[in-house]
Amino acid sequence: MIVKVSDNIISPLGMTTAENYAAVKAGRSELKRYDGLWKLPEPFVASLMDRKKVEGAFAALAGNAQYTFFEKMIILSAKKALENTNIDPASDRVLFILSTTKGNVFLLDERETGFPKERVFLGVAARQMTNFFNNPNAPLVVSNACISGVCAQIEAMRNLENGCFDYVVVVGCDVQSAFIVSGFQSFKALSVEPCRPFDKDRSGLNLGDAAATIIYMRKESVNTDDWVACRGAIRNDANHISGPSRTGEGSYRALKVALDDTNPNEIAFINTHGTATLYNDEMESIAIERAGLAQVPVNGLKGYYGHTMGAAGILETLLSMQAVDDHNILATKGFETLGVTHSLQLSNQNKPTEKQAFIKLLSGFGGCNAALLFKKGGSLC
Amino acid sequence: MLKVYINPDTVMVNDKPLAHNEKGSAMLTELYRAYIGDYPKFFKMDTLSKLGFVASELLLQAEGKVRFEPCENRAVVFFNRAASLQADAAYQATIQHPENFFPSPAAFVYTLPNIVTGEIAIRNKYFGETSFLVLEHCDEHIMARELQNAFLDPMTTSILGGWLDCTDENHFEAELFIIEESNK
Repeated sequence: MIVKVSDNIISPLGMTTAENYAAVKAGRSELKRYDGLWKLPEPFVASLMDRKKVEGAFAALAGNAQYTFFEKMIILSAKKALENTNIDPASDRVLFILSTTKGNVFLLDERETGFPKERVFLGVAARQMTNFFNNPNAPLVVSNACISGVCAQIEAMRNLENGCFDYVVVVGCDVQSAFIVSGFQSFKALSVEPCRPFDKDRSGLNLGDAAATIIYMRKESVNTDDWVACRGAIRNDANHISGPSRTGEGSYRALKVALDDTNPNEIAFINTHGTATLYNDEMESIAIERAGLAQVPVNGLKGYYGHTMGAAGILETLLSMQAVDDHNILATKGFETLGVTHSLQLSNQNKPTEKQAFIKLLSGFGGCNAALLFKKGGSLC
Repeated sequence: MLKVYINPDTVMVNDKPLAHNEKGSAMLTELYRAYIGDYPKFFKMDTLSKLGFVASELLLQAEGKVRFEPCENRAVVFFNRAASLQADAAYQATIQHPENFFPSPAAFVYTLPNIVTGEIAIRNKYFGETSFLVLEHCDEHIMARELQNAFLDPMTTSILGGWLDCTDENHFEAELFIIEESNK
């Protein structure tokens, strides 16, 4: 079975997974309004890193090396995840997978002259990380819009199942820029207040900076406290490149494969994409209902971090694992009154659970959807 | 194995050249008009999507099976080097100058490489896996490994996949093929 070895989250809420979980459990968020940042004409609400803090942490690690902020985030997160293990990242039995949508896209701005323009290529950016760790393998970059973080974990599982590698280090990251914020603004997809997933008054998403790392290995006999990535699937709506399906088609189909014959009663919660756009949350409620999971508790974490894009699938998976370890279903911050057609078991309060499994759900542009089932102990897989 | 190769000067279907007059992205439009012609959404696409759309259509015509039957057992898995660079640069031009700031959602949506996998899924009613992987260089060994891995999905029995790269309207390369998993 495919088992988590180590992890890390770097976000405005903390530099470790434990710090992040404690902050989220306490209901904290760093979503703030920014006026005039990056010379953008309209204000926006986002969860942004204190860049000086990252620079400081990176300098302590690697001195004055020439890396972009994005590259520092991915190297720092991978380094912190590797620290607690005996994995040799320089081994050819270790693969690095990077989950990102826009990488170093800020380098396309003609005013940016500090770095070689080739670093805008995602494979070249990923190579900065593998070179840092002296890893000899070509890094794999998964760029499937907002579902990249779950796709990257599925790629890791497959590489381990087929015996291609002994360890896979999956790093997800996106950092916000004028490019991304203005694009989502042009789509009228951004909320002017902290987002409200699944709420009747939801009005769009917020964006956020984060990097998150999860390291996997294959293990024959699983311990009771091991986290197992059981089964995942990626499915397309075959409907529209930027609007979710009205029948939740791809999400429902991905859920069905991930569930297989799992009894819904064994599942502590479904951690949704829950971006707080009108269409996404409605679509997820349809998919969850169709998959026969309407009685399973549901939550969404965008009210704490905004949408962290390439990091989201990994960050939200790790917080969900911590929550199950803590016998807790995390509150959906920003949610008050149900605003989707199908009844979902949502709460803005933390709730106790004794169950040992959860599903991570994501959807994105291009009509793509992903679902991944995780179980602690793995005896249920 | 069925295969289509396209670069700005050359079009090959199963290693046989296909005649055309134009070059670059104009050639993609010429191919669309000559061999496809019933999908006006083509004209809204960025060059990466046009390239993937035309290459996949030529490939599926060569495959000769009944088209447009909904299915969940065919995956679409592409690889490239430049991700969505052409669309990224086009979008950047709309926000570069504060005095001429006109970000467009129609341009922004193509700033993700996997949009082309969605375009092909929509056209063909493919509900199966769609995936886009970016590499530092074209690497046959890695692509073969990842395509083999993609058959670990419990439903996938064939993959429309391959290399699909576009830096700008005059620099692109597609080498797409269909691989079947036997004995599944």
